[in-house]
Amino acid sequence: MNASPKPTVTILAALNKALADACAEDAKVILLGEDLADPEGGGIVGVTKGLSSQFGDDRVRSTPIAEQAIMGAAIGASLAGYKPVAEIMLMNFTTVAMDMIVNHAAKLRFMSGGQTHVPIVIRTMTGLGFGSGGQHCDYLEAWFAHVAGIKVVAASTPEDAYGLLRSAIEDPDPVLMIENLPTYFMPMSTELPDASHRVPLGKAAVQREGSDLTIVTYARMANESRVAAAQAAEQGISVEVVDLRTIAPWDRETVLASVRKTGRLLVVHEAVREHGVGAEIAAVVSEELFGELRMPVRRLGGAYAPVPYSKPLEDAFAPNAARILDTITQCVN
Amino acid sequence: MATKSYVASPAILLDIYRRTALLKANDERVRKVITSGKIAMVYYSYRGQEVVPAALSACLRDDDQLCTIYRGIHDMLAKGFPLKEMWAEFAGRTTGSCKGKGGPMHLTFPAKGIMVTTGIVGSSAPIANGLGWAAQLDKSDRVAVATFGDGASNIGAVHESINLAAVWNLPVIFLCQNNLYSEHTAYKKMTGGETIAGRAAGYGIPGVRVNGNDPAAMYAAAAEAVARARAGEGPTLIEAMTFRFHGHNFGDPGEYIPKEEMAAALAADPVPALRARLIADGIATEDELSAIETEIEAEIDAAVEFAISSPWPVADDLRHDVFAQEIAR
Repeated sequence: MNASPKPTVTILAALNKALADACAEDAKVILLGEDLADPEGGGIVGVTKGLSSQFGDDRVRSTPIAEQAIMGAAIGASLAGYKPVAEIMLMNFTTVAMDMIVNHAAKLRFMSGGQTHVPIVIRTMTGLGFGSGGQHCDYLEAWFAHVAGIKVVAASTPEDAYGLLRSAIEDPDPVLMIENLPTYFMPMSTELPDASHRVPLGKAAVQREGSDLTIVTYARMANESRVAAAQAAEQGISVEVVDLRTIAPWDRETVLASVRKTGRLLVVHEAVREHGVGAEIAAVVSEELFGELRMPVRRLGGAYAPVPYSKPLEDAFAPNAARILDTITQCVN
Repeated sequence: MATKSYVASPAILLDIYRRTALLKANDERVRKVITSGKIAMVYYSYRGQEVVPAALSACLRDDDQLCTIYRGIHDMLAKGFPLKEMWAEFAGRTTGSCKGKGGPMHLTFPAKGIMVTTGIVGSSAPIANGLGWAAQLDKSDRVAVATFGDGASNIGAVHESINLAAVWNLPVIFLCQNNLYSEHTAYKKMTGGETIAGRAAGYGIPGVRVNGNDPAAMYAAAAEAVARARAGEGPTLIEAMTFRFHGHNFGDPGEYIPKEEMAAALAADPVPALRARLIADGIATEDELSAIETEIEAEIDAAVEFAISSPWPVADDLRHDVFAQEIAR
C-alpha cells in the first residue's frame, strides 16, 4: 500500500494563487489594503506576496491605515468598471468602515435601481488561537449576513478558499470573504487548485456523509467538526458535516435535505452563539422540518463574552472538536 | 487669484446663469409641490447655494464623475440630471432614475457622471477617490468630484479621503459648500481653525476658500482645480462660501439662524444678482433671460406631470436589484 503524499498546500497559498490567477486573467482586478504591496511585505501574513511585483504598483496598492478610505476607494473604482479586492486586515477593523460597507457597497445597486453595482471583494481575517484578545479575533459574520445586498463566504479547505475567492471576484455584487488566521498555515492538500477551479457562491459542501446527525458549520469550526465526526464514527455514530461555505445567502436546499435525512441538527460556529448565524439556520429548519426532527435543533457557538486573552479562557470561549464530539454523543444517545 | 485662462467669459457667465435659474426654479417648485400635497418627499433645500455647482459644472464634462449628498440636487441638476427622471424618482415611480428605490437622497444617473448620492454626512469623499483611481488606471483625464458641506468637514472619512487622495495623487476635487450651518448648528461653534480650506495644508494639497456666490470667483477656483486634476497634478480642496435660505430639511423653520443674518443673505441672493449683472454688462437682455426662465418652467411642468402620471412600483420589485440575480420568492 502506498502512503498518501504528505499535504503541503495551505489556505494561504491557495488564496495567493487565486489572487495571482485573477490578476493575470483580468486586468480589471485591482488590490488594495494596508501593507499589501511587496515593499511592505506583501500583506501582514503574506497572502498578497509577490503580486505588486508581478502586476505593478498601480494595480496592487498599499494604503494608509484608513479603512473608510480603503473601502471607499474600492467602491468608487468598482463603480467605474474595476473589480477591486480590498483587504481589511482584521475583521474587527471592518467596524470602522461599516458605513462604507453597509450603507454604500451593499445598497448602491438597489438604491440606484440597478444603474450601478459594486463588484468588490472584501478580504478580512479573524479567529482566536493566537492570544490576541478582544479586538482582533471576533467573528462578526452575522452583522453582514443581516444586510441585504452583500454576500458572505468562508472556506475551511485550500480548494474552497481558491474557488470561493475566484467566484467572489467574478461575482457582480459585493462579497465579504472571511479568512481564518490559525488555519491559514495548516498544510491540508497536496496540490494547488487549477486556475479553472471555482466554487459557486450560495452552494454548501457535504464534506462528510452521515445518517445520524447533521452538523452545519463553516470556517475553522468546519475543520473541528470534521475531526469530531471522524471520532464519532469510531463510536458508531454517523455524522454528516455540511460546510456552508457561503454564509449569506445560505444554501437552504442542501441543509434541509441533510436534516431531512438525519432528523438531527447541530449548528457550530466560532461567533458568539446569541443572535448568531446558527439562530437563523435553526429557525428555518424548525419552520420547514418541525415534524421530521428527532430532537430540538442544537447550537454551539462562542461564549457570550468578548474574546478573552488568557489561554484557559480562550480555550473555554469557543467550541472545539472535543466539545463538538461531546455534544454529538449527547444528541444521538 | 484667477489666472487669465480661468476668467469666466460672457458665454460662460450666461451658461452659469442658465444653470442657476434651473436650480432656483426647481427648488421653488419642489417646495410648492410638497406643500400642495401632490408629492410627499424628504427634501433638503439648497436655495441660495446655486452658483457653486453651476460654476463647477461649467468646467466639467459628462464623463467627469460626481459623488454628492442629500443636499445635492443642485449639484446633480447643474451637471445635467434629466428633470423627468428626477421628478419621477421624487414621486417614487417606476420611471424614476432609480425606479423609485432610491428616492431624493439617492439619485443616480451614470450617463451624466452622477454616480452616488449619499444620505450619510461625509461619505461622498471616500467613494470619489475610487472613481479617481479608476480614471488614473484608465489613463483618462476625467476627474471625480466629491461635494459635501461644512458639517462633513469634521467627519473622519473626509480626512482619511483627502489624505489618500494626496498620497495617491488622485484626480479628485473635494468641494466643500460651506453654508455656515451644519444641520442646526452654526459653523463657528463646531469647527476648529479659521477655515476648512486651511486644513488642506495638513495634507500637502492646495486648499482655496472662495466666495461661492460669486460666479467668476467660483468658476476660476473650480476651473483651476479641474485643470490640475486633468493634468495629473492631484487633488484640490475648495471651500465655497455660501448660504442656505431654508432650514435643514423641509419643515424646519430654521429659527436658529439669526434674523439679521438671514435678511442679509436674502438681500444678497446670488441668482438675481447674477441676472442683474448679465443685463447691466450687456451679456444678455431682460427678454432673453425671461425666455430662458419661461422655458425652464415649462420643462419643470412637463417633468412634474410625467412624474405624477407614472406608475407606482409593485411589491415584487423588492426582489430585484438587491443582487444581480433576483431574490427567490
